[in-house]
Amino acid sequence: MSDAEARLKALMLSALAGDAAAYRALLTALSPHLRAYYARRVGQSADAEDLVQETLIAIHARRATYDTSQPFTPWLHAVARYKLIDHYRRSKIRRTLPLEEADAVFAEEEAEASDAARDVEKLLAALPESRRRLVRHVKIEGLSTAETAKRTGLSESAVKVGVHRALKTLAAMIGREP
Amino acid sequence: MKTEALIERLAERADPVAPGTVLRTLALGLGGGAAVSALLMLTWLGPRPDLAAAMTTGAYWVKFFYTLIFAIAALAAVERLGRPGAKSAARAAAMLLPFLAVGVIALWSWSAARPGEHAQMLYGGSYDICPWRIVVVSLPVFAGVFWALRKLAPTGPVLAGAAGGLLAGGAGAFIYAFHCTETGMPFLAIWYTLGIIMVGALGAVLGRFSLRW
Repeated sequence: MSDAEARLKALMLSALAGDAAAYRALLTALSPHLRAYYARRVGQSADAEDLVQETLIAIHARRATYDTSQPFTPWLHAVARYKLIDHYRRSKIRRTLPLEEADAVFAEEEAEASDAARDVEKLLAALPESRRRLVRHVKIEGLSTAETAKRTGLSESAVKVGVHRALKTLAAMIGREP
Repeated sequence: MKTEALIERLAERADPVAPGTVLRTLALGLGGGAAVSALLMLTWLGPRPDLAAAMTTGAYWVKFFYTLIFAIAALAAVERLGRPGAKSAARAAAMLLPFLAVGVIALWSWSAARPGEHAQMLYGGSYDICPWRIVVVSLPVFAGVFWALRKLAPTGPVLAGAAGGLLAGGAGAFIYAFHCTETGMPFLAIWYTLGIIMVGALGAVLGRFSLRW
């Protein structure tokens, strides 16, 4: 049995008997050990200090589960290890949360985009067929004026004028300047 | 809060802890739950009418001791699984012993029986409801055992939950045996065990969620 085991177990037995001074000495002696234990595993951070405090609280709340006929340090180590695993479990949930949120953001954007497409179709439907084709070619499919002219059989200037007028009509429909 | 301040606060609450608190907590949960389970069995199913006569037969006592010893073995395992750092493997493995013993008795009685008796030994008159009734009768014990386990510190919640469920199942089967008139050893080895294992599986699932601390 190591010196630390003997010393800590003696303090724990006194603490369980109701000795507040021994209990304070025990928890004070455990803190640096726990701090080093968690710092090695989660890095020196606020998390490590949180884990130290959580473990001290768990030691307090569950101290009746220590079997006084057994060595103290295996019990302590099992409590500290449980709190570490519990921390990993919770921080895994935290780490995946932002990803889920990012998905939700994309989902919203997609929904907005499809809403916008629906709005455009509704507006275009108000245009005469020939103008609608021009807007579709030039503004939605992204064809050049020359290509559009070739496809529709109109002159380039007619395409330009047609698109310009169509946009003006659309702008008037939603109450905005083109 | 500073860690020093936390220690100061905890030290102010250094109430003495009575030795044997773990066993007392388990006894309270188990005893309270078993009392409700017994009441449930008596009002819902009632004790077997031939109880006095049955107590002179070997089959009655095999059933009695199988479920009782299984529950005691499970209690011993739960007591360890509720303590951080305690060695529990031997006690968990010991739960297999009563099952193996009944398995041997069942095989022996099966091979000694005439072929015409086999179906009755295996299915009796209640094989299809027996495991389910054991589960239902076990539920109050289950609640009591989990209440106790939540006050302990199981570092393996699934395992501790399973052992707690097996304890509740064993105790529930023990109580159910005062109602059940089956005498077949294969019946006992299969359908009683199935009921106990179902409660154990329920314990493993619930332990995963409810035994965190």
